Amino acid sequence: MNKVQFLMGNQAIALAAMEAGVNIATGYPGTPSSEVLETIAQNADKYDIYVEWSTNEKVALETAIGAAYAGAKAITTMKQVGLNVASDPLMSLSYIGVKGALVIMVADDPGPHSSQTEQDTRSFARFANIPVLDPATPQEAHDMTLWAFNLSNQLQTPVIMRTTTRVSHGCADVTIGDISKASWDIEGFTKDPRWAIFPKLTAQRHPWLENLQGELANIFSASPFNCISGNGKIGIISSGISRKYVQEALGHLGLNVKLLEIGTPYPFPEAKALEFAKGLDHIIAVEELDSYLEEQTLQLVGRFKLPARVLGKIDGMFPKCGEYNVDVVEDGLQKCLKYIGAESGIKTPVPIVEAQNIPSLPNRQPTLCAGCMHRTVFYAFKRALNGISAVFSGDIGCYTLGNAQPLDMVDTCLCMGAGISIAAGLQHAQPNVKHIAFIGDSTFFHSGIPAIINAVYNNANIIIAVLDNRTTAMTGHQPHPGIGITATGKPTAAVSIAEIARSCGVKTAEEIDGQNLKACTDAIKRVVEVDGPSVLIFKGPCTNLEKSDKHYTIDEQICTLCNYCVEQLGCPALFVIDDMPAIQSTCAGCSLCAQICPVDAIVPGGED
Amino acid sequence: MRYDILVAGVGGQGVILTSRLLGLAAMKAGLHVTTAETIGMSQREGAVVSHIRLGREIFGPLIPKAGADLIIGMEPSEAARNMPMLKQNGHMIVNTFPVIPASVAIGLSQYDMSEILAFINNTCKNAILVDATKLAKQAGNHKSANVVLLGVTAAAGLLPFDISILQQALEEELPKKYLEVNKKSFEIGINMLYNMKNKI
Repeated sequence: MNKVQFLMGNQAIALAAMEAGVNIATGYPGTPSSEVLETIAQNADKYDIYVEWSTNEKVALETAIGAAYAGAKAITTMKQVGLNVASDPLMSLSYIGVKGALVIMVADDPGPHSSQTEQDTRSFARFANIPVLDPATPQEAHDMTLWAFNLSNQLQTPVIMRTTTRVSHGCADVTIGDISKASWDIEGFTKDPRWAIFPKLTAQRHPWLENLQGELANIFSASPFNCISGNGKIGIISSGISRKYVQEALGHLGLNVKLLEIGTPYPFPEAKALEFAKGLDHIIAVEELDSYLEEQTLQLVGRFKLPARVLGKIDGMFPKCGEYNVDVVEDGLQKCLKYIGAESGIKTPVPIVEAQNIPSLPNRQPTLCAGCMHRTVFYAFKRALNGISAVFSGDIGCYTLGNAQPLDMVDTCLCMGAGISIAAGLQHAQPNVKHIAFIGDSTFFHSGIPAIINAVYNNANIIIAVLDNRTTAMTGHQPHPGIGITATGKPTAAVSIAEIARSCGVKTAEEIDGQNLKACTDAIKRVVEVDGPSVLIFKGPCTNLEKSDKHYTIDEQICTLCNYCVEQLGCPALFVIDDMPAIQSTCAGCSLCAQICPVDAIVPGGED
Repeated sequence: MRYDILVAGVGGQGVILTSRLLGLAAMKAGLHVTTAETIGMSQREGAVVSHIRLGREIFGPLIPKAGADLIIGMEPSEAARNMPMLKQNGHMIVNTFPVIPASVAIGLSQYDMSEILAFINNTCKNAILVDATKLAKQAGNHKSANVVLLGVTAAAGLLPFDISILQQALEEELPKKYLEVNKKSFEIGINMLYNMKNKI
């Protein structure tokens, strides 16, 4: 029986996967995708589903592929940059296909809010020849996920469920269906040459793959997820969340507009698009990220010699970069209507104040939490390497926030696992400078290990600092191979980072208490003298996960108002009131400020 | 019918919980809800904002500029930052207790509290300013300032559903451990507003 729940888009996708009878779910955390796998993991025991956080997206996809080869229904989840990591198996898989079903959930992040790139998975799907569904609301995310499992099973192809931040992290009232225990009555793996890719097999399968694209385009043209509404000489084509912005903007328009909403961007539903384009003078493409629909429409118009003029990002009517909203879409539509010479009835409401007329506001960038062990470690490096020329290569995680003033300890950051290899490359190019690579515990398992082996093999004289706070913190505290707990909370083997480093051939691999400034500083001073790569593993709690009831306060009788604590650390719990340093209620009791106070004026006590 | 609420604050102040409570209550009142939240990097002491859109139809999740009927500001400077989102006759409920970012302490930016509060009062004629953090401390935990503000908002008649519906959502949603302090915070918020009305 259907029921309505208040769900985040990611939860809606998870529940739909469970409704579809998913057997196996894998993934690597990444904002804004993580809650899909988390939700399935919370329900794994109840519905007999196997769920794992994998070491990285490539491993996650390959594990899900294996399950689907056996006839299981599988889902794998990741963010858009995770798909880059998983692209090797993905590109080959399109030729091989699957048995069972395989849905690849990929979350894009226009803006970006929490990502390194503004890449578009619709374009990636076209590159990989894999069908992609693109919902606009949590309800559609749910409904399309159900369909994705069916499509994958029927056509033996993986299917990508692509979302964007506003769909994944938006909540809405969503109608969902019944969930039963997963059926494990699966066919099992059957030995067949079709599963082993060779050049000859690829050559055989390529025509199948190309035919499948045509078949899918026809199926998609008939799908209710692509629909035409309205009429007139001006058409708008849109997909994903932009469809909602268009609808709202059209509410302000006094014009007849024909609208084609695309729920299945690739393979492009050509027949449906032709039906839409008939009789139009202008087609406006409204979409975030790539000019994907615009290019598909241009192709269509060119091939079928249609009279319509296509407007979108390419001519600069809409922005190529950043996240859209109703205001951005209205602005773009105004530009198009002006170009076309049509009357625009849009009346933009006037705000009570424009941003530039607000008095000066404090700059509030994200920063390391009060009590974060990373701050102690960064500060220890600052102290230990005082006067030594050094470059600090960062990586992806909470510790990227060590870039903020006054710490200023992240000189490079590129992608998951890159810090170690970049430090090695810098060192080979610039051997007279100290090169330090910072990497988190989860990132170490994700893609740090090959870089360590490479550093040992090629004798890169670098210091690798593993910031081990025992969790995947930035994405919401998922477990990883180092902590001895699975995605479903069961005990398992804990893989030791120090032992991995030693077995990779690192001679100096030490574990240090990441909250003890002196221990950290001493260890760093020791390894600076060591030749060849060395690994320091700084261990401590994530203050966000292990809430502390400790609190520090400043003894006003002793404090000399030197402000050293405030100026050196940039801790969000420290501030100055009437020239006197003070500690806010957010203090987590890490004691770093007490450890650096020149006169020992900071003592346990105070609030809470 | 459509009613758009923007909740602005700092990561860790309970902006997402506030948005969830409003969404759940609206659903109980038979309305459609869409929300958009800031999840991820900005949650680490950064500026965060939630959009909550309630109504009979389904819309995109982001409120357009000058479209919000109500801004709930968990922190004065974050409330001020989002004022271009408020409708001409929109309302504001603002916590006057500041969260001072590290950038101010180290001299990279400034925070003039009295200027910001005066600006809010002078620019929005429907602004209610309360020290919700102080009231939350009275209830037992400074972290329940978000629920104090919800109490003020509900008692001011600024929500398209009854106070009791929000109270019910609160009781169903909050973990037992924190329920009592939050119920108390909600009541303190309601009483605060009624006292303010009586004074007028």
